[in-house]
Amino acid sequence: MEFTADNKKKFDTLLTRYPTKKAAILPTLWLVQGQYGFISDEAMEYVGKLLDLSPVHVLSVVTFYTMFNRKPVGKHHIQVCRTLSCAMMGADSLVDHLKTKLKINEGETTRDGKFSLCTVECLASCGTAPAIMINEAYHENLTPAKLDKILAELA
Amino acid sequence: MTDNKDNLVLTTRFGLEKSYTADVYQKTGGYKSIDKLFSMKPDDVIEEVKKSGLRGRGGAGFAAGLKWSFIPKNVDKPKYLCVNADESEPGTFKDRYLLEDDPHQLIEGIIICCYAIGAESAYVYIRGEFDLAYRRIEEAVQEAYQKGYLGKNLFGKNYKLDVTVHRGAGAYICGEETALLSSLEGNKGQPRIKPPFPAVVGLFGCPTIINNVETISALPYILNNGADAYKKFGTEKSPGTKLFSVSGHVNKPGVYELPLGYPMKDLINKVCGGMKDGKALKAVIPGGTSMPILTAKDCETVTLDYESMTAHQTMLGSGGVIVMNEDVDMVWVLRNLSRFYAHESCGQCTPCREGTGWIDKMLVRILREGGEEKDIALLNELSDNMMGKTICVLADSLSMPVISFIKKFPDDFRRHLKNRPQAVRVGI
Repeated sequence: MEFTADNKKKFDTLLTRYPTKKAAILPTLWLVQGQYGFISDEAMEYVGKLLDLSPVHVLSVVTFYTMFNRKPVGKHHIQVCRTLSCAMMGADSLVDHLKTKLKINEGETTRDGKFSLCTVECLASCGTAPAIMINEAYHENLTPAKLDKILAELA
Repeated sequence: MTDNKDNLVLTTRFGLEKSYTADVYQKTGGYKSIDKLFSMKPDDVIEEVKKSGLRGRGGAGFAAGLKWSFIPKNVDKPKYLCVNADESEPGTFKDRYLLEDDPHQLIEGIIICCYAIGAESAYVYIRGEFDLAYRRIEEAVQEAYQKGYLGKNLFGKNYKLDVTVHRGAGAYICGEETALLSSLEGNKGQPRIKPPFPAVVGLFGCPTIINNVETISALPYILNNGADAYKKFGTEKSPGTKLFSVSGHVNKPGVYELPLGYPMKDLINKVCGGMKDGKALKAVIPGGTSMPILTAKDCETVTLDYESMTAHQTMLGSGGVIVMNEDVDMVWVLRNLSRFYAHESCGQCTPCREGTGWIDKMLVRILREGGEEKDIALLNELSDNMMGKTICVLADSLSMPVISFIKKFPDDFRRHLKNRPQAVRVGI
């Protein structure tokens, strides 16, 4: 793997923002995930070489944080908040609804590769619960009916 | 929001069109404190903040000015400011609004703090999920550079400051200040033993101040209007205003700025429009889920300030208020929290790594199959063995709810005991 010319440029700028190369690991991994959608073993070796870090250090960082995908996810990555305020306002029924509708379990992707489903901890959207994230976007104050509408638009 | 706009320190621009741009910020009094700032000595700025009584709004409530004064003076090392924007405490969503609606207020606060502590570099560590907030603060920083408010010779003065927005990647623990530093340095986000405190040995081994978004955002007001004006809000020991994130069973959940000392019952019944569907109030988590719980009776008397919360054996924390109605099963609530803390434990300390998971498994079993009297004793014992025995307070953050839930809602636990004729079973 290799960064696109644009990402290479972004990476070079990144290095100017920190006194050590190592500190640039999270933004560098974000660039990788932006380019490929996930972070492969090969990518971890590449990042290690760029930042003078061992591949195992990169692995330890990638696996510590929940937002880095180690395998490809669907085109629309649905992440349902399951923490207290969302749970009280019906997050479980959203998960059940999604499982039935998409015919997948948590941690799985639909066969056509369109949707992945998982639950996540507090999204800091407690006042507009229940909330979910689809890729980068928040969807708030959800009901199964509202969710159907969103899914229809994405399908 | 509160009705009286004069009452507001932090949220005056919330709701204005394009409130996040430098243009609107300046038209509404933004960056006004800078001239005054550079006419003051750094130590005088620290004194003014000390005098204002501003306390850290991230959760611990430590006096901000005092924290700054711990930065050693004659050290030949760079100094850093890290703004903690890793808002992840369940029930808390105020910093997200400050970042989305008024990022320039934060930047002005960063300039003030960096000038006071002698830092030429600041990092805003923002949680990975905050996409819109990230774009807003990143754009605001770029805008500030273009206008010469950041970078070399900012505002034409002989002073330079770089601000970098650093995006986390999903780990609650990175909101703990030393974990934030580990993460920012390029490691797993695992907390470090204190001392040394970050003010002495912090980011990259240099003196570092870590303050919450809300704390830094209050600085422009304090500098513009003076410590005395700020102290007019709030109580003697808890001066100023604070943002409260209200969620759960109320009619109008949301972020509200209130003077400290405001009654909890008025927050629920007046500001938030009362309980949803006319149900009765059962319990309130006052300051994010790590804090001990309050009963409906406690809420009659407790006020939103540090001292009243202490008197009610809890803490103001982050101001994340979660309101629960009479239908809520407190064992179910506690299990939701135990799952969270077990998931978010960084794994470094055995009491936390094993204890949070153990408590979670016990609560699942009690809910599914029914529990025994000795389970309740064991939950208390486990919590006691986790409290204060780890590097950071994540273990305490589950222990305190466990102990307080059992103490204040014993009947909810008894309902799940096997020897009861109608023991409740919950499919989770």
